[in-house]
Amino acid sequence: MSATALRRRGLPPPERGGGRETARLAPHELLGVALQGLRTRRLRAALSALGIAIGIGAMVAVVGVSASSQANLLSTIDRLGTNLLTVTPGTNFFGANEVLPSTAIPMIKHMASINQVSAVYAVPNANVFRTPFVPSTQTGGIGVDATDPGLVKAMNSSVASGHFFDAASETEPTVVLGAAAAADLQIEKATGHIQLFVGGTWFTVIGILNSMTLDTSLDDNVFIGLPAAEHIFRVQPSPSEIYVRANVNDVKSVSSLLAPTADPQNSSGVSVSQPSNVLEARAAAKGQFTTLLLGLGAVALLVGAIGIANIMVISVLERRGEIGLRRALGATRRHISAQFLAESALLAALGGICGLLFGAVATWVYSIGQNEPWVVPVYALIAAPAAGLAIGAIAGLYPAAKAARLSPTEALRST
Amino acid sequence: MTATANGVALELRDVGKEYPGGVHALRHVSVDIQTGDQVAVVGPSGSGKTTMLTILGTLERPTSGEVHVAGRNVVKASDRDLAGLRAFEIGFVFQGFHLQDGMTALDNVANGMLYTGARLRERREAAKGALERVGLGNRVTHRPPQLSGGEKQRVAIARAIAKNPTIILADEPTGNLDSKSGQSVLELLQELAAEGATLALITHDESIAAGFPRRLQMRDGEIVGDERR
Repeated sequence: MSATALRRRGLPPPERGGGRETARLAPHELLGVALQGLRTRRLRAALSALGIAIGIGAMVAVVGVSASSQANLLSTIDRLGTNLLTVTPGTNFFGANEVLPSTAIPMIKHMASINQVSAVYAVPNANVFRTPFVPSTQTGGIGVDATDPGLVKAMNSSVASGHFFDAASETEPTVVLGAAAAADLQIEKATGHIQLFVGGTWFTVIGILNSMTLDTSLDDNVFIGLPAAEHIFRVQPSPSEIYVRANVNDVKSVSSLLAPTADPQNSSGVSVSQPSNVLEARAAAKGQFTTLLLGLGAVALLVGAIGIANIMVISVLERRGEIGLRRALGATRRHISAQFLAESALLAALGGICGLLFGAVATWVYSIGQNEPWVVPVYALIAAPAAGLAIGAIAGLYPAAKAARLSPTEALRST
Repeated sequence: MTATANGVALELRDVGKEYPGGVHALRHVSVDIQTGDQVAVVGPSGSGKTTMLTILGTLERPTSGEVHVAGRNVVKASDRDLAGLRAFEIGFVFQGFHLQDGMTALDNVANGMLYTGARLRERREAAKGALERVGLGNRVTHRPPQLSGGEKQRVAIARAIAKNPTIILADEPTGNLDSKSGQSVLELLQELAAEGATLALITHDESIAAGFPRRLQMRDGEIVGDERR
């Protein structure tokens, strides 16, 4: 039987015609070969992919955790509003504290684009004790502020227990506690039966506030009504801090007008700030910290990449027989290097996907623990496997070149 | 193809092969092997048999001289051209079988045609036919560890012939087998080659060589005898 007759029973003629047949390996066949290579050495593949998974997992977790707490801060800011402005007395040229004039509040109330104005007035020389028998030096650092019934709404806070002042109770000897002050005084509930010794007079506790996130320094204080302060302590306190809610769209213009309005004669003695800026700055600062941790993740990734390169070099040496066989079956040098490159890239890409899952789970656990929203940035979903692929391709360059250079005969002599 | 249909399948002209370190594996070897010939290469170990076979199989290039395989100049051809030659024209059978343990016999044979660019379905079809031709039609889904030595070598032969090569090169194919299965493997190879391929087989066993119409005797990298029956 002639060779041509035999052909008819073998592979279809179009694949082999012309006498200039070239060896081929389609991309999907290459992928199959690479997968086969990994499948036959599962444990080794899993362990070397683990290195990449840990590196990428660490990076995804870092990015996820910081994104989660940023999202938390930003949602806090959203909830509290960015339209709160604070007016405080500044310091003068000589460093001494200025005093806001008593006309400041009525003047500000006349401004356009103002929703609400509230203020606190430091009551001087008043301390807070559970009983008169506590030595007068043990003040506990709790300050006394006079205020108006609008404070809680202006600060977008709420009452944890009892209630805040109204037109009646602000003239009576009643007191509302800030969150930290209540904890210091060990008062958990405002039942209406608890009394505090404030500045030498008994005051009834009518409410306890939740934390005022926009100005947490207020949490350390207790509050009494302004009329009560005026007639019980016989003082005419000047405002120590004025809180202004402006229309959301006019915050900037209101902000620039507040100082001259509060004190037309000495506007430089007034400082105006926007508390939400502080929170925004804190959110940005969390992002800065991430860069450092990402660097650490990159180091873990580098170690993982070296692990893959190492395991691929060993693999090439062990598989000399297979390489020789493939060359004998018609693989070009390029086919061999492509095979090892594909194995390495596939290995690392699998590591990247596992790392993404690790990182997402770690972020989830953290966000539950911190009671924060769970956020994994969208770019991480693409970046993690892509980074794995790229790292694997780079780590596989040397082993692949080594495999391609291997003499096929040397490979086949090993039995 | 036409150049090999009748005429010389394998041609060595004054071929020398020197390995780094000054080892002369081949010196001044010249030989023609006609299309359809069956040649046994005999000689003691270290006589250059395997080196000659790898040069004939285009796995290595000679240090000097000229080599023509299936009508193509091996010395001048690119790596890609030689790979194509091996993929389509040459079937190898090795002493150590070189099967992949994780794959079925069918896939081992089908993988022998991986670099021809044929589709998986076509490869498997051809592989099934080849396994039937070597008498392993009932071992298609077995993996190499489940097969005897003789059966493994039959799978390797099926891999070599599935693509219908014009040249079959075998390096001690019976070296790892007992004499009975060795004999049947040998008969199979000769029978399949007789269907239209050139066969060159290396052996150090004179009794095996005796069954071949042409015998090349090698010693110290040279051809010292060329007998025809």
